[in-house]
Amino acid sequence: MALSIEDIKKIAHLARIEVSEGEAAATLTKLTGILGLIEQMQAVNTEGIVPMSHSQDVVQRLREDVVTKTNQREAFQKIAPALGNGSTERAVDCGLYLVPKVIE
Amino acid sequence: MINSSLKTLSQMLAKKEVSSVELTQAFLNRINTFNPEINAYIALDQDRTLAQAKAADVRITAGNAEPLTGIPIAQKDIFCANGWKTTCGSKMLANFVAPYDAQVITKFDAAGAVNLGKTNMDEFAMGSSNETSYFGGVKNPWDFTRVPGGSSGGSAAAVAARLCAAASGTDTGGSIRQPASLCGLTGLKPTYGVVSRYGMIAFASSLDQAGPMAKSAEDCALMMNVMAGFDERDSTSLNREKEDYARDLNKPLQGLRVGLPKEFFAEGLDANVGKVIEAAIAEYKKLGAEIVEISLPNTGLSIPVYYVLAPAEASSNLSRYDGVRYGHRAAEYTDLMDMYCKSRAEGFGAEVKRRILIGTYVLSAGYYDAYYLKAQQIRRLIAQDFEEAFKHCDVIMGPAAPSTAFKAGEKVDDPVAMYLQDIYTISTNLAGLPGMSVPAGFSTGDDGKALPVGLQIIGNYFDEARMLNVAHQYQQVTDWHTRMPDLPTPQGTK
Repeated sequence: MALSIEDIKKIAHLARIEVSEGEAAATLTKLTGILGLIEQMQAVNTEGIVPMSHSQDVVQRLREDVVTKTNQREAFQKIAPALGNGSTERAVDCGLYLVPKVIE
Repeated sequence: MINSSLKTLSQMLAKKEVSSVELTQAFLNRINTFNPEINAYIALDQDRTLAQAKAADVRITAGNAEPLTGIPIAQKDIFCANGWKTTCGSKMLANFVAPYDAQVITKFDAAGAVNLGKTNMDEFAMGSSNETSYFGGVKNPWDFTRVPGGSSGGSAAAVAARLCAAASGTDTGGSIRQPASLCGLTGLKPTYGVVSRYGMIAFASSLDQAGPMAKSAEDCALMMNVMAGFDERDSTSLNREKEDYARDLNKPLQGLRVGLPKEFFAEGLDANVGKVIEAAIAEYKKLGAEIVEISLPNTGLSIPVYYVLAPAEASSNLSRYDGVRYGHRAAEYTDLMDMYCKSRAEGFGAEVKRRILIGTYVLSAGYYDAYYLKAQQIRRLIAQDFEEAFKHCDVIMGPAAPSTAFKAGEKVDDPVAMYLQDIYTISTNLAGLPGMSVPAGFSTGDDGKALPVGLQIIGNYFDEARMLNVAHQYQQVTDWHTRMPDLPTPQGTK
């Protein structure tokens, strides 16, 4: 199936990546080339073949329900982008991450 | 000293012929001289590095050293290292100081190895030339106009230029073996699940695997002894008994069955590279190996399958970069959606965006069966090809890459041409098998430059010790792995 500029914009929105008109056109050319490569798969008869998601057929391990992680809020918040970018000290003191308002 | 094997360095340290601080300083001096040109390292912290070296010297004096104690190692910038800037080659993480250690880093620290710094790489390990790095390309030490390969291009260049004793790398579709081939070193991608992925920034989780990049198979074995092992924090880590990867190095190769897949010697392989590989195979015959012709009929499909599965997994893994808790956030935005879209548009480079978009597309409603499911089915066919082949041989050999190092800029605008660099390596990732690249000689290009060629050795699951044996025996009768490039003295230094 041939992709259109509209498809590129839709995919980019799903991926949460802003694309300009110019970028969308350039992306269309490149993605069309890559999808052409991928298209080779369609010639293969795969009826009845069990999909392989991992190379080792292992089951998910379970662990004991015990505490393994310690609280490292300070270390983790040190690298938060909003700290030096418009946040108030109070929000950070409360251990919050600052994002634009989402509820009216 | 800078050209010595890990074993020799370890013995010199034990006998106090050199201290770890002296050895580390020698490498730091070379880094200061050559790195501004080569750009193999993107994060250095010399005080921290020397503090580790001092601690290693104390440990050696105390008599409880391990084989890698005091040895300076470079770490690919995909591994989180507590307190170190860890960028994965991306603007998205340009200011990310890791708040914890990857298991690989923890293991090197516990072994007493010295972390020399973080090496350059293709952004989020997506690339085969190191040119997608936000921090600029890396020069191939054999010819500064050429790429070192990728994505572990910085680690490869650092080992080749002797800016470290050995390095870590990761390999999702060939990112250890292709740069090892292009830079003339020995690199091993272990069986999927052997080395913990904890703290290793995720690209395609069902394919990503870390491994050593070093000067010889023996060095790789010593590195593997540190890197491998079960880790409960990685859900796909395999709980196996600890093994000594150096145990079989000295076994003779008499009777070894070497499978040559005819698909690895077909159209697309550079003729001069093919000749070097044939000469290496002839050497193996002299060592007593028996050559078996095999077929891996679905080799050509490995690239289409990979470029569905890897981007699909990447689009999911990289959704975590939203500019909220860490990573790049756009300076201006109108609302939450706008913040996500702008932060990601600014933080990711062109190739990473392409792969996220491909992955998003193949996973989107209506296309899942035609792309993702189909690719997973063909993935099984590829794995079954290997299963069949290993009924007739012990190891598989062929080229690691279709050509020698190419010119910087040559393929950067043509993703499909770049993807074909991994035609011989991707199928082993899809199957989860171990593979390595071993220096096998040089091919002289049109411009008269001699460039390294790598022989690929593919083993059956968990057969790393045998592969290292196979490579080591070859390195006992050849000296390709000891060759090092003549680095031009940078201007302004003497």
